[in-house]
Amino acid sequence: MTPPARYTNTAITLHWLIAFLIIAAFPLGMVMSDMALSPLKLKLASYHKWLGVTVFLLAVARLAWRAGHTPPPLPAALPLWQRRAAHGLHLLLYLLLFAIPFSGWLMSSAKGFQTVYLGVVPLPDLIGKDKALGVLLSQVHETLNFALLALIIAHVGAALKHHFIERDGILARMLPFLDQEKPL
Amino acid sequence: MTRLFATLALLLTAVAHGTELSSVQLDKSTIAFVSKQMNVPVEGAFRKFSAQIAMDPAKPEAGHARIEIELASIDAGGEEANDEVKGKSWFNVREFPKASFVSSSVKALGGGRFEASGKMTMRGKTLDARAPFTLKQEKGVLILDGTFPLKRLDYGIGSGVWSDTSVVADEVQVKFHFVLK
Repeated sequence: MTPPARYTNTAITLHWLIAFLIIAAFPLGMVMSDMALSPLKLKLASYHKWLGVTVFLLAVARLAWRAGHTPPPLPAALPLWQRRAAHGLHLLLYLLLFAIPFSGWLMSSAKGFQTVYLGVVPLPDLIGKDKALGVLLSQVHETLNFALLALIIAHVGAALKHHFIERDGILARMLPFLDQEKPL
Repeated sequence: MTRLFATLALLLTAVAHGTELSSVQLDKSTIAFVSKQMNVPVEGAFRKFSAQIAMDPAKPEAGHARIEIELASIDAGGEEANDEVKGKSWFNVREFPKASFVSSSVKALGGGRFEASGKMTMRGKTLDARAPFTLKQEKGVLILDGTFPLKRLDYGIGSGVWSDTSVVADEVQVKFHFVLK
């Protein structure tokens, strides 16, 4: 069986950059939202938002990449249900890459605290200050994040299963610095 | 003809002398501010204040003002922030419930702009302050609008961990809007 072709370096870089930014932003969001008001909280909240905006921008770049490239094919032996599950999972992940930062942006505006990317670029407030809406949007933001967490667990679990049980080279398509010719 | 001149003269005198307005419409007046937190402009306001202002639109230089703000009425953007800024490291409203501005002079800056100079007292500290403003007459009321920067640390507002100006900027923009009848 020939191993599937790899993703391009651009796609691999974007994938892992986004992954690491989410790994940083997620716990940061959890910790910072539970903190009492302090200078540290204000700092962490800003860092969290900057990470979110960066994820959003990188997600746009990934979507642009997808528009111009066909991802490497899945192994021919992969059952149809697994193909469908993989596509569905990827679609939902893409959706959340946009929906989560967007809900955070709206939530910030509703809470009367504009998002100023890197402390330099102010993002427009798409909605005005509205306390009730702010509470609702923070629940939406949180729920979407837990959905993302569940999807990522499934995504990582599937990747590891393919790598260690099926040994079909699917994970290697997305790993940097990994030469297909060498044994995994 | 003489009567016409007399009437004109009377009118001119009326315009020149104008009338001093001194009834501040508190429900239509506001004292607000914009602070910068991590470079994010955050709006706030004081809901309760008293204002004695006397202003003759024909002779603004003779105007004077005394403003007293009830600091506990602050709206800093959220409940948690409100509780925080009333506390010891900020306004310390228990010890210093009021802030005040008392004007000593008003001068014309030209172009319909004026500047009130006076003393600002906050947190037990009195410093010189200047507030530029404009005057606008409409429908029997006189509207004073102005914005001026204030350095919070000059008054010791936001001390301790909050004195880090990279988080909350030292400069706060104060915006006032007074409607006089």
